[in-house]
Amino acid sequence: MASVAEPEAKADLDAFREEVRAFLAENFPPELRGKNNLLSSVEEAGEESPAEKAWRVAMGEKGWGTPTWPKEYGGGGLTKKQARALEEEMAKVGAWNPIGGMGVMMLGPTLLEFASEEQKHEHIPPICKGEIRWCQGYSEPNAGSDLANLQTMAEDKGDHYLVNGQKTWTSGGQWADKCFCLVRTSRADKHKGISFLLIDMHAPGVEVKPIKMISGMSPFCETFFTDVQVPKESLVGEEGQGWTIGKKLLQHERTNLSGGGALAALNSQPLGKVAERYIGLDENGKLADAELRVKIADFEMRWNAFLLTARRAMEESKAQGGVSEISSILKKAGTKLGQERAELMIAIQGYRGLGWEGEGFEQKELDGTRAWLFGKATTIYGGSTEIQNNIIAKRILGMLDHQ
Amino acid sequence: MAVLNDEQEMLRDMAREWTKNEHPVGAWRKVRDAGEPFDADAWGAMAEMGWAGIIIPEEHGGSDFGWMSLGLVVEELGKSLAASPLIASALAASAIVLGGSDEQKAQYLPRLASGELIGTLAFDEGPRHAGLKASASVHDGRLTGTKAFVHEASRAGLFVVLASDGVYLVEQGQGVTLSSRALADMRDHAEVDFNNAPAQKLAAGGDALAQKILDRARVLTAAEMLGMCQAVFDTTLDYLKQRVQFNQVLSSFQALQHRMADLYSELEMTRSAVEGGLQALDSGFAVTEAAMLAKARANDALHLISKEGVQLHGGIGMTDEYDVGFYLKRARVLEAAWGASSHLRDLFATAKGY
Ligand SMILES: Cc1cc2nc3c(=O)[nH]c(=O)nc-3n(C[C@H](O)[C@H](O)[C@H](O)COP(=O)(O)OP(=O)(O)OC[C@H]3O[C@@H](n4cnc5c(N)ncnc54)[C@H](O)[C@@H]3O)c2cc1C
Repeated sequence: MASVAEPEAKADLDAFREEVRAFLAENFPPELRGKNNLLSSVEEAGEESPAEKAWRVAMGEKGWGTPTWPKEYGGGGLTKKQARALEEEMAKVGAWNPIGGMGVMMLGPTLLEFASEEQKHEHIPPICKGEIRWCQGYSEPNAGSDLANLQTMAEDKGDHYLVNGQKTWTSGGQWADKCFCLVRTSRADKHKGISFLLIDMHAPGVEVKPIKMISGMSPFCETFFTDVQVPKESLVGEEGQGWTIGKKLLQHERTNLSGGGALAALNSQPLGKVAERYIGLDENGKLADAELRVKIADFEMRWNAFLLTARRAMEESKAQGGVSEISSILKKAGTKLGQERAELMIAIQGYRGLGWEGEGFEQKELDGTRAWLFGKATTIYGGSTEIQNNIIAKRILGMLDHQ
Repeated sequence: MAVLNDEQEMLRDMAREWTKNEHPVGAWRKVRDAGEPFDADAWGAMAEMGWAGIIIPEEHGGSDFGWMSLGLVVEELGKSLAASPLIASALAASAIVLGGSDEQKAQYLPRLASGELIGTLAFDEGPRHAGLKASASVHDGRLTGTKAFVHEASRAGLFVVLASDGVYLVEQGQGVTLSSRALADMRDHAEVDFNNAPAQKLAAGGDALAQKILDRARVLTAAEMLGMCQAVFDTTLDYLKQRVQFNQVLSSFQALQHRMADLYSELEMTRSAVEGGLQALDSGFAVTEAAMLAKARANDALHLISKEGVQLHGGIGMTDEYDVGFYLKRARVLEAAWGASSHLRDLFATAKGY
């Protein structure tokens, strides 16, 4: 809903912008300008430089890495408008949010909704400060799209759970401190036997084995739990409530993944400009490859429609309170567009868009190759496109299963 | 599948057996992990089976079996991603067959037919194929210019080079410098710099020679791509028939059945276009158009099938341990070779006069 800003509110926002500028001037190390590593969410974070650390700590203490989360748990307590102003002011000076990862994208919002007071106070502040890395223990070898088929068992031993089983495709498992996990507390009921458990990755009996991907990186793992003792306080919600909580978390995941993530940001240069450089213009000032020209235009128009849809969905869900099934549409459309963009970059750059390493390529081109390959996962993880289609057909359109 | 004669059928079966038993995808994985351009023993075996000489006349040590025959072999090799200079070398040989003098033929063809000499085409000067444009030039029998992303370059002894006034033969040696270029497919590519390198012109083919070579490059590359399409399709279909989710094999979901049915139609149309291209080369009829069709079809089909192959495998398709990703990476490199689809469609429209 567009409303004319009241003079007073506007003055408040201006004052807030002043505060942000002063904060940035004092705390953002100028040598970090524009140095955001866009693949950092899928790679091992390298050694943090003193400047990077200082920047993370400053943002963490202010709570501005998680700007709209409640202050009492370490968030920024900002309004949406203030959060936007913060983003704009940061962009102006080449600053970026140093706090992210699965804790911010997925777990935090889920804990805010389902966790006990103690759990919120224990787990959310370290997320806001970027001190803890979380990973997601959902998938198993025989529980991918059919997630509810998971078999990892958490046996009630009175004061603790004893966890045994195997997870797979655990992103960042080898660098994570903790894991939010779906486990089975009962074999009796496929869905109601599932619980949501927070597990310490450094606990005895937890073992990870990294898996190499087609993009050359090894950001995900097989994770094995052998007689891992997990305190009872680590259960979020009730026993058997895991499926409900886990699904809600997936909606946050989808909303966050829909932008094509690192992929879109990595290739943030306008495609038309890139194409002009690699392909050149004809005598009429148009891209020399007519078909690619039309494809680029087609892509950008659909991309704009997607952004408008994402914005509309956000406004609507804010009005209704919380994420919704529309996250399935955003995830499906956004990831597809992200992949199309990467494919278009290759079509534009030819062989130079396929460089793997070594001489003859710019760093940007090499990064693009890896991002293209990694990006193929975006339509698989977080519930594949096919599963999103099933959700849209069944839950939004009310279409029936064929069985 | 085109109707084959006995000879072709035998050749195809032999190639199929050999790749399946002696040179499956695992062999390529070993080559890649060792950082080699190809397995020299396997190349020796291919040469021994006569594959390097299939399009070379008998009087020069080949078997003169024709392009359809060579295409059948190349398709089988494409299925297992067998790394070899077979295509590059056959194309270089075809340039000499089409445009070489008697001395040039006698000098190079027997060694190319035996596999002892490896040849390759050095046409393009940029990262995107630009047709028959070239700025490399020759003065007093010496060629100067830089060629980008030359396939199978590192072991090549002979380069067939497109210059501004025709096609030339340049031997590896004086005035030739290679800089390797690592692409996602991990195959053997290099930038080749010619600096006053001794060059002999291929004069017999006339003005149309370069186009004829290009036609052959397009069709043969399309044949490799067809093999890759078939392999990804087969692997994916097998996987869907075996992977269980929701207490059912994935192949029981109609959404996936229809996807596979679509891919199958794409594959069959591509097979026809590629075989049509090979037949056109053998008959010499409407070759350029058939070649554009074969390559554009192969580009589009492999693009789609390689992408769907990864998607339909789910998480496992993203792992290096699994083979399906290899096809995706090789697919984009071959798409860029000898004309991406937009380039070919533009040529097609121009040829048709609209
Ligand atoms: C890079 C990457 C990172 C990941 N990170 C994590 C992580 O951190 N934590 C975690 O728990 N998991 C993670 N995953 C796992 C991911 O969530 C699963 O891969 C995904 O849910 C798909 O499961 P699957 O791989 O078993 O594929 P399958 O379920 O076997 O699916 C194979 C194919 O069949 C399709 N399909 C399946 N069922 C149906 C149906 N009913 N109708 C139509 N089509 C269907 C799928 O869409 C897919 O195309 C990650 C995966 C990847 C690739």
